[in-house]
Amino acid sequence: MRFVRPLALVSIGLLVAACSGGGDSGGGGGDDGGEAAATGPIEIWLSNNEQELAWGESVVEAWNAENPDQEVTAQEIPAGSSSEEAITAAITAGTAPCLVFNIATAAVSGWVRQGGLVDLSGFEDGASYIEERGGEGAQAYAIDGSYYQLPWKSNPVMIMYNKTIFEEAGLDPEDPQMASYEDFLAGAQQIVDSGASESAIWPAPTNEFYQPWFDYYPLYLAETGGTVLVEDGEATFDSEEGRTVAEFWATVYEDGLAPKEASTDDAMSAGTTAMQLAGPWAIPSYAETVDVGFMPVPTSTGTDDVYTFADSKNVSMFTTCENQGTAWEFLQFATSTDSDGQLLELTGQMPLRTDLADTYADYFEANPDYVSFAEQAERVGDVPSIPNSVEVWQTFRDGYSAAVIFGTTPIEDFLSETSAQVDELAQG
Amino acid sequence: MTAAPAAGRPRLRTRLLGAQPIGALFALPYLVFVAVIFAYPLGFAVYIAFHDYFFTAPGVDVPKPFVGLDNFASVLTDPQVLQSFRNTAVFLVINVPLTVVLALVLATALDSGIRWVAAYRVAFYVPYLTASVSLVGVWMLLFSSGGLVNSVLGPLAPNPSWLINSALAMPTIALYVTWKQLGFYILLYLAALQNVPRERHESAMTDGANAWQRFAHVTVPGVRPVTTLVLILAIITGANLFTEPYLLTNGGGPDGASSTPVLLIYQQGIQQQNPDTAAAIGMLLVIVVGMLSLAANRINREA
Repeated sequence: MRFVRPLALVSIGLLVAACSGGGDSGGGGGDDGGEAAATGPIEIWLSNNEQELAWGESVVEAWNAENPDQEVTAQEIPAGSSSEEAITAAITAGTAPCLVFNIATAAVSGWVRQGGLVDLSGFEDGASYIEERGGEGAQAYAIDGSYYQLPWKSNPVMIMYNKTIFEEAGLDPEDPQMASYEDFLAGAQQIVDSGASESAIWPAPTNEFYQPWFDYYPLYLAETGGTVLVEDGEATFDSEEGRTVAEFWATVYEDGLAPKEASTDDAMSAGTTAMQLAGPWAIPSYAETVDVGFMPVPTSTGTDDVYTFADSKNVSMFTTCENQGTAWEFLQFATSTDSDGQLLELTGQMPLRTDLADTYADYFEANPDYVSFAEQAERVGDVPSIPNSVEVWQTFRDGYSAAVIFGTTPIEDFLSETSAQVDELAQG
Repeated sequence: MTAAPAAGRPRLRTRLLGAQPIGALFALPYLVFVAVIFAYPLGFAVYIAFHDYFFTAPGVDVPKPFVGLDNFASVLTDPQVLQSFRNTAVFLVINVPLTVVLALVLATALDSGIRWVAAYRVAFYVPYLTASVSLVGVWMLLFSSGGLVNSVLGPLAPNPSWLINSALAMPTIALYVTWKQLGFYILLYLAALQNVPRERHESAMTDGANAWQRFAHVTVPGVRPVTTLVLILAIITGANLFTEPYLLTNGGGPDGASSTPVLLIYQQGIQQQNPDTAAAIGMLLVIVVGMLSLAANRINREA
């Protein structure tokens, strides 16, 4: 007990010190003026996906062989519960690398607010390179006309299904005819009724902010022909199309076609579900375990050429980077036609560049499983680049969980109330 | 006349550094640890809670104005925050009494010399030692819709199932945490029971007290200081609940029925980059936990 008093004094002293000056994080700003042309060694982070790592190491090796004075060092994004959390912490601590090849669009607005990202449009050929490579679609990734990320690759979300279960349920595994909501629900019911699988489809019913990207959002993009969740600062989903999609999913849950609990293991591999929403990454993942097929996400009327969610991952440069000249050169090298081809070859993920099918015609001829994804990649929508993006998606998820998954609030209330909340958040 | 100041100096030094100043030196590493790891972050959190604050990259100078109680007003009018505190209350009402009663009863049983004491001790202590992430996986298998518990219950199984039932999700988590933490509290009580003099039990027996009377009038009062400690620790542990609602009920589900203040702090502070409102929730939590702990201490002392 004798030390309690000195301890209290020290604590109070620190408390006062923190209150009086704790918020001072220093002056300056993320100026990249002098660093924009600087060259020298740089560090990059890659996702921990095995195939992506192999691609990254190969590209870095090729670069280093040609540029020994501008050596690039690659490593995996440090472990954390998510890449975004690790990157946010690195920005705050000033330990971010020059480039990260795994940027989720939803996190970008927050990092811009933090002063952590370099505006790539500031490079002389920055905007032109991004728009030439990505086409008109690239502009959707800009914030107020500035590119804080280079749209790199997409994983267009489609309905992945287990061909064996479909066959057991009496559905044609080569052409399931489930493009409309009516046909989809009938097919799903057939799967459950036949006992071929416990559930027809199993999107994660969990509460993470990003889960709408793998249930509601792809179908919403399909239903609306590519309208993103927020346009011109206003929510778009309080609409006839938004209600139709929400009611479709509510029916799926009400009819017991999808569980309201998270799976305790990989439901596709375990055979406890017949369908999942997934991108081309799933092809190598399930190659050894499940005979999978893919079909576009359904729409209310079963239209052709539907849109879906891009699930893109992009590349950003960080303001802590001292040799931004090298970083920009390497970024162009890593997203060149050759490097993108190598990415496609090694990972099966679609580079976000124009004319994918023709540019890599040989690859798609040799890998017909990926052709549908290449075609789908032409019609994708992404997470809109808006302020408070993560909060917007969390708000949407909370409302969706209550109304659609658990049915505790009316769908109309969810759409109108969540839409009003999102409007407010998206204003910044 | 000259003795007074001379006598005053040692008193001041003694008051500041104790009778053995060298002791302060030995305690210094821990003082530094407490100051750096606990006191400074707590002070910083207070600062953040009263400002429009967000984390920035080093060298980025952005205004973070003082906003008074705005962040507190914001969180206190947020239905999700209020629900999370209500959920915590449900948790504590189930978990704390259950923890105290079960830990004391089981510790008393172990102390009474039953057979296989070592095996029981291990059985009680292993869940406490095991990472919650692993145990949550087991409980998901047990309590999921098609899990073992529902299979045993058959038609009596709740619908919706335990973890997606808004009335049962938080009680299920409370039971889980009680089971997981029990080993630690049993150990505390076992240590305390060693210090209850055997003579008291013998006197009570001589006076004709039966086993229950000895337990109620000798054992329970004898371990009262530890009961206070168990109460306070259980309240603090329960109020800081995160892993279980995050993993067992899929992020505070169903529909927020098992969300907790710490889960919201994580969402708002880390995921959504709003550390100011997250810090305000944290401050409220500290105040609530502090008050509950004081109340537990006071009630148990008076009892």
